[in-house]
Amino acid sequence: MNNEMSNRTPTHAMDIEALGRVRNRVDPELAETCLEVKNLSLFYGETQALFDINLKIPKQQVTAFIGPSGCGKSTLLRCMNRMNDLVDGLKINGQLLLDNEDIYAKSVDVAELRRRVGMVFQKPNPFPKSVYENVAYGLRLQGVNNRHTLDEVVERALKRAALWDEVRDRLHDNALGLSGGQQQRLVIARAVAIEPEVLLLDEPASALDPISTLKIEELIYELKDKYTIVIVTHNMQQAARVSDCTAFLYMGKLIEFGDTNQLFTNPRKKQTEDYITGRYG
Amino acid sequence: MMRDWIKSGNPWIWLTASAVSVSLVLVFGLILLIAARGFAHFWPKQLVELTYVERDGATVNLIGEVHDSEIVSAERVKDAGYAIDKDQPLYERLLLKIGNRDLYGQDFTWVVRSHIQQQATPESIIAVERREWGNFYGYLTAVKQAGEIVAEGEQAVPVLEERLDRAIALHKQIRDIEKHAIGAINYGMERLRLKQRKLELDKKDTPENLQNLEQERNGYQQRYDALQHELTTLYGEIARDSIAAKSADGRLVELPLSKIVRVYYPNGMPVFAKILFYAAKIWEFVGDEPREANTEGGVFPAIFGTVMMVLIMSVMVTPFGVVAAVYLREYAKQGVLTRTIRIAVNNLAGVPSIVYGVFGLGFFVYFLGGNIDQLFYPESAPAPVFGTPGLLWSSLTLAILTVPVVIVATEEGLSRIPKAIREGSLALGATKAETLWRTVLPMASPAVMTGLILAIARAAGEVAPLMLVGVVKLAPSLPLDANAPFLHLDRKFMHLGFHIYDVGFQSPNVEAARPLVYATALLLVAVIVVLNLTAIAIRNHLREKYRSLEQ
Repeated sequence: MNNEMSNRTPTHAMDIEALGRVRNRVDPELAETCLEVKNLSLFYGETQALFDINLKIPKQQVTAFIGPSGCGKSTLLRCMNRMNDLVDGLKINGQLLLDNEDIYAKSVDVAELRRRVGMVFQKPNPFPKSVYENVAYGLRLQGVNNRHTLDEVVERALKRAALWDEVRDRLHDNALGLSGGQQQRLVIARAVAIEPEVLLLDEPASALDPISTLKIEELIYELKDKYTIVIVTHNMQQAARVSDCTAFLYMGKLIEFGDTNQLFTNPRKKQTEDYITGRYG
Repeated sequence: MMRDWIKSGNPWIWLTASAVSVSLVLVFGLILLIAARGFAHFWPKQLVELTYVERDGATVNLIGEVHDSEIVSAERVKDAGYAIDKDQPLYERLLLKIGNRDLYGQDFTWVVRSHIQQQATPESIIAVERREWGNFYGYLTAVKQAGEIVAEGEQAVPVLEERLDRAIALHKQIRDIEKHAIGAINYGMERLRLKQRKLELDKKDTPENLQNLEQERNGYQQRYDALQHELTTLYGEIARDSIAAKSADGRLVELPLSKIVRVYYPNGMPVFAKILFYAAKIWEFVGDEPREANTEGGVFPAIFGTVMMVLIMSVMVTPFGVVAAVYLREYAKQGVLTRTIRIAVNNLAGVPSIVYGVFGLGFFVYFLGGNIDQLFYPESAPAPVFGTPGLLWSSLTLAILTVPVVIVATEEGLSRIPKAIREGSLALGATKAETLWRTVLPMASPAVMTGLILAIARAAGEVAPLMLVGVVKLAPSLPLDANAPFLHLDRKFMHLGFHIYDVGFQSPNVEAARPLVYATALLLVAVIVVLNLTAIAIRNHLREKYRSLEQ
């Protein structure tokens, strides 16, 4: 036992291989960038919530934000589709580039941006409509009302969210009748239906039971083939399981960002190590 | 001991529970009282025949139904001119409905019980409900046709029944022609007159145009002549039969069947017949038009007017209130100004309703209506179209009166929609307006309905402002009929609330009308309850549809 332990890197916090995901190393600096955060600072009135964040989110990979509560990881995520616009007294310095275009530029149509950058929230928030109408919502907004097209898209989105088999017979029942896990997958299907480029997940499994959580994680793993995924999570195992890159934020500052395996097994910063070994947070 | 009991909280429970009980008892007591007083009125009462000693010692025969009785002091009986017994301090006197207003000049009379010599309830007494002069009580002697007796005594009863059915059918025919066919012709003629006047005003009264109008008018005139001819025949036929009857004091009266609504034998009726009679009377009350200065017949136009007014008010108040609430809650910057507006809106709900009536009269009727008339109806001047109280202005005035309730309820509903739902919609690329329209407003619709329920409850019971802006005691025609454009928003209308006031306090025959006040009040309550239940049913349906997330 002792012998085995000593074979490993002394600072490692987690047995990554045991989680069963084999993957390639990703270096965010070298990979193709989808979203780039440049010198981003954010203020709620007088209080500064984010300090000079610099970060390149690689395309078609899963990037996880971890950190203790209140460290600004959700705030950063919500900047990426300008969900923070709704907050009064919010001020942002710096740039956020999506495919090299600043999403905070004046010319940007926010609704259009949100169609490109979808988001799933912590608590499942299906609309009080049928399953079908929930998924078709985004398309109807774009003026798509052709029954045939909608049927096709709804089916494809539900299949991609691994929900189709469970709801195919109750497409026209109220979505609020689904279980929490199903609701969250429905919300993912709803986001996927409008074919975004980026999918932001804000603690998507924190309100769910372990089995539903597992399903969501599997789903994230599948979805990265098509979308760039950014996930905020409290759960370090989850970050380790699903992500390719991980960013550790602490007190509004980006402490460390890099390949997940590397960050969890061999963190470069003392603060990261302390956090993932459970010394605080 | 006592302190422990107080500490235990039991007295508090008792206090609160008894407050609720008292309220419930009051509400049910009120409704029961109205119902008992109102609905007893329609039951056929026994007719008693009395031999009565008048104050001057003369003996008279009276037939009537006992309406009321009270105990009075001997002093008052003496003041009324009766000889009294010194040892008897109290006397009972009865209020008798003796009918036969054409003979006696009054329907009701007080009699002192101790002066009644004989009392009987013979089965052959008839009660005749007439279209004029109230009821007739007496004995049937004969049925006549064109002045000649066709049946007498016992045989008269079935003959009368048969001929009365015929007369009533004829009367219905006559009324249909007068009301609908001739009404439509009059309406058309009036429109032609206005058209001609308009042509004159527009200087388009070319001979050709006038010729066309004249042709149309001739068409109407021909139809009118034909109908008039038909009417003359019908009037001739209905005047054929009459009955001869004898009143209590022995006077012989001839009553034409054309003036009779129904004849019945209150003392000879089996219970089943009484129940049928009762049902027919209630049906008449709910479904028929009023007669005899609203003291007889039904209140249908008032029910119709009330419901119509409330519906139009709802149609106007809902969009207005919702739009205002959306702006206040969703778009306006929350600050001192919005807070002030909100307080002002809440206070508007507390302004006395008559003030709204005055506002409605000044602004809607005189200003808006007057200008509309000038702009769009110059041809009907000097007669006003919208520049006079009417259904539209009443509905609008009540809409203003109730809009604060709808605003407050809608705002409440909007503020209860979870943020997560809005964000979910925005995250799918919806704009704020799209989110509002597609998700937030549908989810807030149960709250809007709650506001509407409160608005209806307030508006349906409101009378004071309506007296200024459109209610009348007797409207010649309903605001909805078969003449285009079908809904006549400019017409005056009848209202149950005002009807209560009119029947109870403005009527020439207060005694006869009093039970109708109770019945009408009950009906008003029933109408409001039905309107509210409908709104509540819709709300519950919406609630079920848009169950919110937290449950």
